[in-house]
This record gives sequence, structure tokens and C-alpha cells, in this order.
Amino acid sequence: MTFLTWLLLGFLIVCALSVALTKNLLTSVIILMSYSLIMSVIWILLQSPDLAITEAAVGAGITSVLFFVTLKRIHAIDEDRKDQDEQKS
Amino acid sequence: MSRKAENWDTSWQKRAADWLRDGTDALDRAMISEMTEAPAVAPEDVPGAADVFEKKVHEDQQKEKAIYQTLHERTMTRGLHHARVLYRVLSILVCIGIILSLLHAVIEMPVFGSPDSPVVNDVSRRYIEDGLKETGAVNIVAGMILDYRAFDTLGESTVLFIASCAVMILLRRDRKRDGMMEKGSLPEDRDIIYEPHFDPILQKSAAFLTPVILLFGVYVVLNGHLSPGGGFSGGAILGAALMLFRNAYGVKNTRRFFTGRTFTTVVFLALLFYAGAKSYVFYTGGNGLESGIPLGTPGAILSSGLILPLDICVGAIVSCTMYTFFALFRRGEV
Repeated sequence: MTFLTWLLLGFLIVCALSVALTKNLLTSVIILMSYSLIMSVIWILLQSPDLAITEAAVGAGITSVLFFVTLKRIHAIDEDRKDQDEQKS
Repeated sequence: MSRKAENWDTSWQKRAADWLRDGTDALDRAMISEMTEAPAVAPEDVPGAADVFEKKVHEDQQKEKAIYQTLHERTMTRGLHHARVLYRVLSILVCIGIILSLLHAVIEMPVFGSPDSPVVNDVSRRYIEDGLKETGAVNIVAGMILDYRAFDTLGESTVLFIASCAVMILLRRDRKRDGMMEKGSLPEDRDIIYEPHFDPILQKSAAFLTPVILLFGVYVVLNGHLSPGGGFSGGAILGAALMLFRNAYGVKNTRRFFTGRTFTTVVFLALLFYAGAKSYVFYTGGNGLESGIPLGTPGAILSSGLILPLDICVGAIVSCTMYTFFALFRRGEV
């Protein structure tokens, strides 16, 4: 195992934990996106480029977009923005 | 006094104990509020001292009765309370147990890429040695999922189709049935009026990116048997390109080439072709290798028999399904 692999695996664990521990839904979706990107790099290092392409397209792209749309539909994103505006003012 | 006792109210032990007991004790809270609340005597009810005294006694009796009532309820629900504490403790224990057993299983697994691992057996050797000869696909993965295991992939495509049907059932809005709702009353309807939002950054970058992404997706689909990729990943890329276009240019522009009818037609035809091309597996008894189409020279784009058309089918199904998911989640109709 090279240093890069260990680094990526460490990032992976940190991302997975912070997805579970983040309170803000939007933030946790974005962290999940970065988790998928790291995972796709790991798939390339494990010599399976097919899975890497699929992981990047589905995990980082489409799943996150669907999550964003769902958050918008249940008005989670707008609520967050309102809260931040209130905190600022 | 120890330090622990001084910081007891803010310490993690107190928080953990509160969490275990499902918040602070209800009785404690009630008694504290009783003690801190000042006895409120309304000024207009003071015609005589005797009346006030009687009233106070009456109120005290009421309070006492209420406290007894709370005590009684607590004794009655003590079993529930204990069950809740037990549930929380058990959930932690089960979590720790699962984590430990999974870690143990990982330790027991063979080292990545070791020749002794159980996945290195006759099946994988057959795939690696004879795969190119039997399927004609340079990309062994494509040969596996679309030739040796094409039936599995048919099942996966059908699962995607069923999933999109389920999403349609759950999220589709029926305008006829919800006839009383006027057009434009829902927030989703305002999208179609105000879309595109004329976001110049998004539109310019989409104008540049969408053709490139579409081209890359088509390349990945068509080259599935030659290079990494294939129907599923290429279809996902195509679906992502469609989503980007839709976000930048709005529903009206996308509706010009993609409606709900397009989705049903494309997915139905692709699934039908796929099932027709692979249904002979039923008759040949599971060994669905010979398709009758010449395999061609390995490495050429028109090679490896049925893999290329099947790749195109899977790509069409996946891209249409992904886009339909997005559209349904967004507006409730494609």
C-alpha cells in the first residue's frame, strides 16, 4: 500500500464519519459527494476503471443532484439559508 | 466538593445520563417550575382576605393533587421507562457488536490481490483466458456483464425500470385529478414560467459542457467492449448531461426532445430488444454464448457480437431513467 492509498483511505473514513455527524443536510450531501469522488480514485488505484467511471457519474453526480432536488422540495435548503441570514443580521 | 460535582450540570456524564433517561426527569422539571413560579394572585380577585385565603388553599390542593397524579403516572409507566433505557443501552451494544464482528471479518479476509484468495478459481481463470476468444470483447468486464452474465444485467435494467415506475407512482402529479388546482398555483409551476433563470454563468458553461459530456457519454457507451466503461456508466454520464441542460435552459427547451412519452418508448423498446436478444438463454439451458453474429476482429468497433447493441440498450435505459428521476423529483412530471 502506497502513501497515497493510505491518505485516501483516511479521507474516506473522515468523510464517512462527518456525513453521519453533520447537522446541516446540505453540507452532509456535499461531503457525501466528496466521499464518492475519493472512492472513485480508490477504484482506479484498485485497477477497476469501470467502477471508477460509474462511481464518479452515479455517486458523485446523479445521487447528489437527486439529494439536492429532494432537499429543495422539502424546503431544507431555503430553511438553511434563512437561518444563516438571521444569524448574520 | 470535587471538580466533577462542580461541573456536573455541563459535564458529559450528566448529558449521557440525561440522554439515557430520555431528557431530564419530567417530575423534577415539574417540581422545579412549581418552586420557581411566583404565586400569581390576580388583583381583580381581591374583594376580601378570606376569599384570597380560601382560593390559595384550593389552589394548593389542586397542585398537590397534580403532583400525586404525576407520581401515580410515573409509577404506572415505570416499565415503559425502564424499557426505553434498556433499548438505548442495547442499541449501543448491538452497534458495537456489529462493528467488531465486521472488523473481525475484514481481518480474516485475504490480502488484496493475493493468489491464495478464494476469488482466484476456475471461473475467473476461464474469464481471463478464454474471455476474449469467446466473447470477442477486449474489455473483459464488458464481456462478463453483457455476455456471460447478460441475464443479470437484464435484471438490473428491469430493476431500474421498476424503480422509475415506482418514483412515477409516488411523485407524479395528475393534473386531471387535481383539477381544482389552477395552473401556476404550485411552486413547481412557477419554475416553468421563470425558467430559464437566465443565469449567464450556468448557461455559458452548459453551452460549452453539455456537448462535450454528451459526446463523452456516447463514446463510453459505444466503446464499452473496447475500453473501460459500458452501458451503465455511459448512460449515467448521458443522464448527467441531460440534467445539466435542463437546469441551464429550462423545461420548455428540454421538452422539445424529451417528454414522458420519449421515456416510455425508449425504455420499453430497449428492454424489449434486450429481452428478445437474450431470451434464447432460456432455451439453450443457461449457456448463452453463441449468438450467431460473427465476433469480428477483437479491438474493432464492430466486434464482439451482441455486446455493442446491448450496451446501447443499457445506455438508453440508464440515461432516460436518470433524467426521469431528476425531472420527477423536480416537478412531478417529465
